[in-house]
Amino acid sequence: MNEKRLMTGGEAMLEVLFREGVDTIFGYPGGGIMPFYNSLYDYTDRIRHILMRHEQGCVHAAQGYARTSGRVGVCVVTSGPGATNTITGLADAMLDSTPIVVISGQVPLSLLGSDAFQEVNFVGLSQVVTKWTCQIKHASEIADVMARAFYIARSGRPGPVSIDFTKNAQQELVELNYKPLNFIRGYVPSPEPDMEQIKEAARLINSAKKPMALVGQGVTLAGAEKALDEFLRKSGVPAGATMLGLSAIPSDHPQYLGMLGMHGCYAANIKNEDCDLLIALGMRFDDRVTCAVNKYALNAKVVHLEIDPAEINKIIKADAPVLGNLAETLPLLTEAIETRQHNEWMNELKEANQEEYEKVIKGALHPTEGYIKMGEVINAVSTAYGDNAVLVTDVGQQQLMATRYFRFRSPRSVVTSGGLGTMGFGLPAAIGAKLGTPERDVCLFVGDGGLQMTIQELTTILQTEVDVKIILLNNFYLGNVRQWQEMFFDHRYSFTDLIDPDFELVAKANKIGYTCVEKREDLAAAVAEMKASKGAFLLEVRVEREDNVLPMVAPGAGVGDMMLEYKK
Amino acid sequence: MVMSNNTEKKEFVITVFSENKVGLLGQITSIFTYHNVNIESLTTSESAIAGIHKFTIVVCETPERVERMVKQVEKRVDILKAFVYEPEDVVMQEIALYKVALHKNVEQLVRRYQLRILEISDDYIVIEKTGHKNETAELFEELKPYGVYQFVRSGSIAVVKSRRELLDEYLEHMNQLRERLENESSNN
Ligand SMILES: Cc1ncc(C[n+]2csc(CCOP(=O)(O)OP(=O)(O)O)c2C)c(N)n1
Ligand SMILES: [Mg+2]
Repeated sequence: MNEKRLMTGGEAMLEVLFREGVDTIFGYPGGGIMPFYNSLYDYTDRIRHILMRHEQGCVHAAQGYARTSGRVGVCVVTSGPGATNTITGLADAMLDSTPIVVISGQVPLSLLGSDAFQEVNFVGLSQVVTKWTCQIKHASEIADVMARAFYIARSGRPGPVSIDFTKNAQQELVELNYKPLNFIRGYVPSPEPDMEQIKEAARLINSAKKPMALVGQGVTLAGAEKALDEFLRKSGVPAGATMLGLSAIPSDHPQYLGMLGMHGCYAANIKNEDCDLLIALGMRFDDRVTCAVNKYALNAKVVHLEIDPAEINKIIKADAPVLGNLAETLPLLTEAIETRQHNEWMNELKEANQEEYEKVIKGALHPTEGYIKMGEVINAVSTAYGDNAVLVTDVGQQQLMATRYFRFRSPRSVVTSGGLGTMGFGLPAAIGAKLGTPERDVCLFVGDGGLQMTIQELTTILQTEVDVKIILLNNFYLGNVRQWQEMFFDHRYSFTDLIDPDFELVAKANKIGYTCVEKREDLAAAVAEMKASKGAFLLEVRVEREDNVLPMVAPGAGVGDMMLEYKK
Repeated sequence: MVMSNNTEKKEFVITVFSENKVGLLGQITSIFTYHNVNIESLTTSESAIAGIHKFTIVVCETPERVERMVKQVEKRVDILKAFVYEPEDVVMQEIALYKVALHKNVEQLVRRYQLRILEISDDYIVIEKTGHKNETAELFEELKPYGVYQFVRSGSIAVVKSRRELLDEYLEHMNQLRERLENESSNN
C-alpha cells in the first residue's frame, strides 16, 4: 500500500515508523530535526511522542520500552548535542543487545564537513557503539535505509542502530515506496542450526554427572522461555541466570538456583569447580559472571548455545558450540537428550544455597532490629505485587540487591543496565518500560546517587502521567563505591558521601505522590500506600547507611572464593 | 574450559571483503584499535567482483586474538566475509620504490637484480622492486650506503593458494538464501 503522493522526507520518515508498527517514540526537538517535528504534528493520532527531559533519557526510555515489549524502541533527537547525548544509551544498548533505532538530525548536505552550527560527525562517533549506523543524505534514501535499520536492530542478536538524518533530506519531496527487509547479503542474523553440533552437545549433556545451565538474555530475546523449561525438565539440569537472564525462568522453578556472578547465589559460584559441564544458553561469560576467568570452570566441559559466532570462544572455550537462534536450537537439543534426574547434585547445590540463606538472606530479608535493610524493602515490594511486577533498576547496591531478591513469574520482567552499568538508566528506562507494557506494574529501584543523574525525568512523568512506582533506597552514599572503599580501600570514603536534596520537595514539585519510611514498622503500610496510589509514586526508604551487598566474589578472586560474610 | 594462554605472536594475513560503502575502513581499523593490535600493513582496493572491496591486512598477533578480532570484523553488517591465513597459505607480494643517489654500485645492483628503473634524473634514480617484504627490506639495506633519499612500500597484497576465492562460496550461499526468501514471500 504505497501511495503515489509526494511528501516531505520528514513525513516519509513518520510513514515508515507507522508502517513498522511503532506506536511510541521518545524524543527531543531542535533545529536539526525541526522539519521532522513539523510533520509529527500531523501524526499525533497515530504515533505517541514522549517528550523526555534529556536525550540520554530518550534512549534509556526506548531501551526500557524495547525490553518489556520485545519491539524496537525508537528515539528522535536533534543534531550536535542532541546526538552526542545519546551516546551513553547507544553503548548501553550495544552491550545489552537491546533493539533500538536512534534518529538524529544532521545539518544539510551542503554544510556537511564545514563545522556548521550543531554539526558533529555522528556517523563516525556512533559507529563503535552501534550495530549499524547510516546517514540519510536525500529523501529518496529513507525507505531503503530505514528498512535496513529496523531489520538490523531487531534481527539476530539485536542491537542499537543510529540514523543520521540530514535536514535537506527531511525537507525534500519524495514518493515513498516502503518495503520491510529480510535480507542483507553481508549479514547472517542467525546461523542455521547444525545437527552435528546439537548431537555433540547432547552427548556431553547425557554423560554429565554434575551439569549446570547458565541462562542468559538470549533466551528472552529468542522468546524461548517455554523451550527452556522443557529442556530443564527433561535434562534435570540445575540452572542459574545472569542478571539479564533473570525472569526467563520463574524464580520458583524447582531447578532454579538463583543469579550467577559476583553477587549471585552461593551455590552457582562455590560449586562451579565441581561442575563437569556448563551449558551456556544465550549468555556471553561476562566478567561479572565468571569473575577471575582463570579460576572458572576448571573441571567443566562447556556447551555453548549462542546466536552470535563472535561470542564462541571469546572468553571461555566451547567444547560443543551450538550456533543458532535458541528458539530453534533449544527444542532440537531437548529432543536429542535423554531424560535424566540429578537429584543428588541438586541437593548438594540446594545445601550450599541453604547455607547462604542462613548466613545472608535471612538477615537481609527478615531483620528484626536495627535500621531498615535494602533486602527487606525489595522483598516487601515483590510480595505486594504478587511477584509479578516488572523490575527496573538503576545501578549500584540497590540494583544488586533488587536483582538478588526480587522474584519473577513471567518473562520480560527485568530491565537493568547490565553490561555498561549506567547510573541514571533507571528512571527513564522505567518510563519506557511502563509504556512498553502498560497493563503491567512497573517498580523501579533506584539509589540516591543514580536518581540525581536523570532526576529531571520526573517532570516527564508529570507531563505524560506515566504510572511508575519509584522506590528510592536511600543510604546517602554512592553505596556501591563506598562498599568497595570499605572492603578494599581501607575504609577511605573518598567522595562517596552524599548530601541529597529534599526528595519530598522534589516529588511535590513534580506532583508525584510521596512517602518516606524510616522505621521498620511503617514499611508495609507505605508499600501498600504506594501500590494503592493512582499514578506515579516516590517511596523513599531510609536504609542502613553502610549495608553491604553480600555474598560477594572479591575483584580478582575466583567464583569458588565467594565470601558469605564480611567482618566490619 | 578457559582459553589457553597462547601468547606466542605470529604473522597472519587477513583478507576482508566488504560492500563498497563509506566508512568501512574506519570500522575495520577501529576494531584493531579496540583490541590494541598494531596493523603491520593494510592495502585496499576494489576486488575482482564489481562493488565489492577487498582489504588485505597483515598483523603479528596470537591466533586467539586474531580469531576474536576477525569475528568482530565479520559481524559488521556491511562486511561480507573475512578470512585468516598464515603466510604459507597465500602468495604475497609488495612493491617498494627507492629514490637513490646515482652511483655506479647502484647501477650494478639494478643490473644484478634486474630492477625496474622508473625515472632517472641528474642526481637520483627511482627504482622499483616487487617481492616479499624481506626482499624489499634487504635491498633497502644494500642501497643504504649509497644514500637512499626516499623509500616507500605498498603494503602486502595476497591471493590464496586454493583455486577459488572463498568469498564466491559465501556469495553463492547468500544468493540461494535470497532466492528462497523471495519465493517464500511471493507464495504468501
Ligand atoms: C554514569 C556512572 N558513573 C559512575 C558509576 C560508578 N558507580 C557505580 S555504583 C555507584 C554508586 C551508586 O550510588 P547510588 O545511586 O546512591 O546507589 P547505591 O549503590 O547507594 O544503591 C557509582 C558511583 C556508574 N556506574 N555510572
Ligand atoms: Mg546511595
